[in-house]
Amino acid sequence: MRIRKETLWGWILVSPLALGLTIWVAFPLGVALSTSLFQWNMISRPSFIGFENYAFMLFGDHLFWQAIKVTLLFTLTSVPLQMLIAFAAALLLNANAKGQGLFRTIFYLPALIPTMVSTALWLFLYNPQYGLFNLLLDKLGLPTSTWLRDSGMVIPSLVLMSLWSIGNVVVIFLAGLQGIPRELEEACIIDGGSWRHRMRAVILPQMSPIVFYNLVMGIIGGLQTFTQPYIMTNGGPSNASLTLMLHLYKQAFQFSKMGYANALAVVLLLMTIAVSLMVFRSSRSWVYYEGERK
Amino acid sequence: MSAALRSKRITNRFLLYLALCLGALFCLLPFAWQLRSSIMTMPEIFSYPPKLWPAAPQWKNYLDVFSILPFGRYYANTAVLVAWNIVGVLFSNISIAFALTRLRFRGRNLLFALSVGTLMIPTTVTLIPTFIEWSALGGLNTFLPLIVPSFFGNAFFIFLLVQFFRTIPFDFDEAALIDGASYPRIMLQIIMPMARPIVAVMLIFTFLGVWNDFMGPLMYLNDSKLYTLALGLKSLLSSYNSYWQVLMAASTLVVLPLLVVFFIGQKSFIAGLTMGGIKG
Repeated sequence: MRIRKETLWGWILVSPLALGLTIWVAFPLGVALSTSLFQWNMISRPSFIGFENYAFMLFGDHLFWQAIKVTLLFTLTSVPLQMLIAFAAALLLNANAKGQGLFRTIFYLPALIPTMVSTALWLFLYNPQYGLFNLLLDKLGLPTSTWLRDSGMVIPSLVLMSLWSIGNVVVIFLAGLQGIPRELEEACIIDGGSWRHRMRAVILPQMSPIVFYNLVMGIIGGLQTFTQPYIMTNGGPSNASLTLMLHLYKQAFQFSKMGYANALAVVLLLMTIAVSLMVFRSSRSWVYYEGERK
Repeated sequence: MSAALRSKRITNRFLLYLALCLGALFCLLPFAWQLRSSIMTMPEIFSYPPKLWPAAPQWKNYLDVFSILPFGRYYANTAVLVAWNIVGVLFSNISIAFALTRLRFRGRNLLFALSVGTLMIPTTVTLIPTFIEWSALGGLNTFLPLIVPSFFGNAFFIFLLVQFFRTIPFDFDEAALIDGASYPRIMLQIIMPMARPIVAVMLIFTFLGVWNDFMGPLMYLNDSKLYTLALGLKSLLSSYNSYWQVLMAASTLVVLPLLVVFFIGQKSFIAGLTMGGIKG
C-alpha cells in the first residue's frame, strides 16, 4: 500500500519534468529532424524534398562552408586561449597576496555583464576613430587597426573580447585549486620539488577533470556564438565573421527558410557531438580521477 | 635566508602583484571607458584626438535614455519576466528533485539521466522548432514563450538540487513517515527548508539568466511595447548608432541592478557556479 503511494507521488511530482522533456526537447528535436527534409516558409504548406536541404548545404551553399570555417576557427582559438588564461588567472588569484578578495571580484565582474551590453561596449572600444583601443595604440606609438572592419582582424577581435568575460571559468578553476588536498602539495614541497614539479605532479592532474568540464562547456558555447557577430558585424566584412548560428538565424528569420535552417541546426548538433566525443576520447589519456572513482 | 634567495622572493612578489594589477586593469578599463563616455557631450565623443575625460560630466545623458526610448517600460517588462521565471523555477525544480531523490519509483533514474543529458544539447537545435510550436499556439509577441518553460524544470537546477538532496540522511524521511506525515508534507516541511542555500543559487541564476537573455526576446517579441532591456539596448544601437553617450549611459543602467544583486548574493552565486563545475 505504501509503495503504491510512493510511486504515485513520485510520478505526480516529476510529471512537469517528463512533460517538459517531451514538449521542449524530444518534440522539438523530432521537428528539427523532420522539417529538415522539407521546404517550408511557415506560410505555405511544407513540401517534402528529401535530403535536398542537406545536398544544397554541402554542394550549393558556399556560405555554409564559410560559416563552418568561421565557427571552427573562432571556437578552436578562443576556447583553448580562454582555458589557458583563466587557469593562469586562477593561479594568480589563489596565490598568497594582499587584497585577493578585491582582485577576485574585479576579475569576475566582466562575466556578469549581459552579452548585449558587453557587445555594445566593445563595439565602441573597437571603433577605429573614437574607440579606446586605437587611442591606446596611438599613445603607445603602435600601429592602429580597423578591428571589426578588417576581414583578417574580425575573428581575433571577437576572440580578444571573449577573453574579457571568462570570469565564470576563473571562479570554477579557483575553487578547484582551493580543493586540492594540502597534504599533496606539502609532500611535494618537503621532497624538495620545485614549482614546476608541483605543477606537473600535483596541480595539473588534480585539476584535469575541471579543465575537462570547462573545455566541453566552452566548446558547446563557442560553436553557438551568435550575439556578438549578429550585433557587431552582422557576419561581415565579406562574411569573415559569419558563424554557423548566425547563418542559421538569417536563413530562418530573414529568409523564412525554416526547413533549411533546421537542417543547419541538425548539422550543428552533429558537429557538437563530434567535437565533444573527440574531447571525451582524448580525456582518457589526460584526465585523472581520484582512485578511478566508480 | 641568503641574500640571493631573498631578492628572488622579492622579485616573485613583485611579479605576482604586477600580473594581478595588469589583469585587473584589463577587466576594468572597458568599464572606465563606458562610464567616461556616458557622461560626455556628443562633440566630446567625436573629438579627434579622443579625450580621456569630459570637461563637465553630463549626467543628463542618463535622463535622455528614458526620453529617447521608453526604458522605464523595458525595465518593467524585464522585471515581470524575472518574477514569473522565479515563480516557475521555485514551483517546479524543488518538487522534481525531491521526487528524484527521496521517492522510489520506476523510471526515476532514466528520467534523471535524460534530464542531465539535455545539458549537452546545444539550445540552438531546439530553437526553431520551439519557435514553430509557439507560433502554432499563438504565443508569438507574448511573454509566454519566455515564462512557461520555467514551470517544467531546469536541468541544471535539478542537477544541483539532486546532488544536494542526496547528502541529506534518510532518517529524516523515515522518522516523519512513522509519525504519519505525507510525502508532500515531508517535502514542504523537512526537505525544502534545508534546501535554502540552493534556492538562493537558483534565484540569482534565474535573475541573471532572464536579465541577460537576448536570443529569446529577439525571437519572440516584435512589438516594441514588450521589449526587454536587452532588446531596448539593441534598438537604441540600431536607430541611434552615433549617440554613443546615450548608449553607454543605457548600458550602465542595464548593468546597475545586476551589480546590486551580485553584491548581495555573491556567496550563493560563487557556490552555485562551482557546484556545477566541480561535481560535474
